[in-house]
Amino acid sequence: MIHPEKRIHCKKYRIVQNEEPVPGHRLMCLHAPEIAAGAKPGQFLHVRCADSTDPLLRRPISIHRVRRDEGLLFMFYRVAGRGTSLLTAKREGEEIDVLGPLGNGFELPSPGERVAVVGGGIGAAPLFFLVDEIMAEIHKRGADLTDEQDTARQALDFYLGAATGSLLPSLNSFLVRGVRVHMATDDGSVGYHGTVTGLLQQHLDEQTHIDRIYACGPAPMLRAIDELAIRRGIRGQLSLEERMGCGVGACLSCACKIKNFSGDGFTYKHACSDGPVFNIGEVWYGH
Amino acid sequence: MGINLAVNIGGIKMKNPVTTASGTFGFGSEYGRIIDLNRLGAIVVKGTTLLPREGNPTPRIAETPSGMLNAIGLQNPGVDSFIREALPFLRDYDLPVIVNIAGDTVEDYAKLAGILDRAGGVAGIEVNISCPNVKKGGLQFGSDPESAAEVIRNVRQATSLPVIVKLSPNVTSIVAVAEKVAGAGADALSMINTLLGMAIDIKSRRPVLGNIMGGLSGPAVRPVAVRAVWQVYQAVKLPIIGMGGITCAADALEFIMAGATAVAVGTANFVNPRATVEVLEGIERFMAENGIKDIAELVGIAHRC
Ligand SMILES: Cc1cc2nc3c(=O)[nH]c(=O)nc-3n(C[C@H](O)[C@H](O)[C@H](O)COP(=O)(O)OP(=O)(O)OC[C@H]3O[C@@H](n4cnc5c(N)ncnc54)[C@H](O)[C@@H]3O)c2cc1C
Ligand SMILES: Cc1cc2nc3c(=O)[nH]c(=O)nc-3n(C[C@H](O)[C@H](O)[C@H](O)COP(=O)(O)O)c2cc1C
Ligand code: FES
Repeated sequence: MIHPEKRIHCKKYRIVQNEEPVPGHRLMCLHAPEIAAGAKPGQFLHVRCADSTDPLLRRPISIHRVRRDEGLLFMFYRVAGRGTSLLTAKREGEEIDVLGPLGNGFELPSPGERVAVVGGGIGAAPLFFLVDEIMAEIHKRGADLTDEQDTARQALDFYLGAATGSLLPSLNSFLVRGVRVHMATDDGSVGYHGTVTGLLQQHLDEQTHIDRIYACGPAPMLRAIDELAIRRGIRGQLSLEERMGCGVGACLSCACKIKNFSGDGFTYKHACSDGPVFNIGEVWYGH
Repeated sequence: MGINLAVNIGGIKMKNPVTTASGTFGFGSEYGRIIDLNRLGAIVVKGTTLLPREGNPTPRIAETPSGMLNAIGLQNPGVDSFIREALPFLRDYDLPVIVNIAGDTVEDYAKLAGILDRAGGVAGIEVNISCPNVKKGGLQFGSDPESAAEVIRNVRQATSLPVIVKLSPNVTSIVAVAEKVAGAGADALSMINTLLGMAIDIKSRRPVLGNIMGGLSGPAVRPVAVRAVWQVYQAVKLPIIGMGGITCAADALEFIMAGATAVAVGTANFVNPRATVEVLEGIERFMAENGIKDIAELVGIAHRC
């Protein structure tokens, strides 16, 4: 009675790797072929950190990347509190209880569109999967393209922002051919000195043409991106964070404010099932 | 040699005693993507009101030791939308649908009962007079035996469907409320709703929940719930749906032995979406291992040993 395409998996999966590429951050890889096969960029997993009832709830962690041919699924997480600390103790070969894939995911760009992907801090995690998918599409099409103009379009701008530089270089090293990385740090230790939105704004002022923006990061950054994109008439999507209970749309705890029909107020939608990805211009930031 | 798991909750025939706690299982379709809903004895859906409700500001939940606080605030699309959009999905299953209702006034409850009575595909009504998260209605009715009885009398007149009354633990005597609503025409009782609680974030020095207070649920409340079932079973001769912190068959059996005819899984669904099915399978195993042929043999057995 369960529609195969709608199926959400809930199972223990084997940990292939759980290393610390940057202090305070972990890259965990699971062998989870069922989830990897159907997962879309922007979707997330709901992870059980302990076998006991304390801490009780699962923790939402984005799908950072997948390797479908090997059935591998990656998570990139920041050690933020009790749940994520418990995750750091999990060793290669152990199993972990995962529910997913959850949420709606990003809508991929149309062929030929110039894309900017903007990640703030750990919010960059899900964007790698998105970048991988967009680049795979571009490379697939690129085989038939020859002239200069087309090659220029075979690129993507990835803006990465962080408080300080330590997180950025290792993120940068993950990237594939054709991705131009632009970095910004609040303290100026790496790249542009200022916010990642400031950097994007500067590029747009310098005539960089962008058709579509994707962003994930802290709420103030998303708000700034939303304003900037609306002002310039650029389409795109934002991925939001809310406290979650069930992760599947049943408990109504992850409410987020979305503009109502007439746009003069809001209605609650749910980050786990209606989102976490919403269109630019859709989120209510008050008046 | 088979075992009998079927139970009857005030006229609702369930093929087994395992159901869901209102508000923790959406309208069914959400968990229908993970488990086969046909395994359930019945489904109790999210609380519905006459008009749509937006619910409370966020954060709406907070984790606590072996539990959680919630202040969802009865967000729901309203009864008409529920009947139009959500109910048809459930009609495809071999599953009694129990609809949880809440209102601001006695008339709201009666109107809701009448509307659901005519909707078709509804097996019973669970009257929530115990929600701690809304300003009006809810607990205001559930904490006073007389007001509770008044609500139930009016609901009783508005419907011929089985009426289950959901009781609050936030009262001086749960038995007093149970006795009054039994006298007012309730067919069954369910207990417990959440316990009123709160948490403070010491970093921001503010309450964690947007609504300030919320309802505590999960394993932390189980002993309170088992006690409530035990006391009410002794005093009132109505079937009881027991709930509060059930995570596995052993937990469910505690409730059954204390006097519950059926059990509901709530918060545990969030932690383990397969919890309902695992509770059912565990009860079956327990019965087989202990030579019990009918689940009825276990109901309230702790009072007789
Ligand atoms: C859709 C989504 C995707 C996410 N993807 C990632 C990711 O890829 N990498 C990553 O490092 N983090 C991600 N997060 C944030 C991550 O869920 C939190 O850092 C984590 O829940 C913290 O748990 P904790 O027990 O370590 O911290 P604690 O502060 O002890 O957690 C206490 C409670 O608050 C909740 N909570 C705390 N911070 C957050 C938060 N930022 N968002 C939602 N709930 C929170 C916890 O889930 C838990 O219920 C994501 C959040 C969401 C909603
Ligand atoms: C997120 C959440 C929402 C709830 N919503 C409702 C509701 O709408 N109506 C109701 O009668 N009870 C509601 N409850 C209470 C549960 O149905 C149940 O009585 C309580 O949580 C205790 O069971 P548990 O510990 O197994 O969760 C809700 C509980 C939670 C956690
Ligand atoms: S987390 Fe339960 S509805 Fe989103």
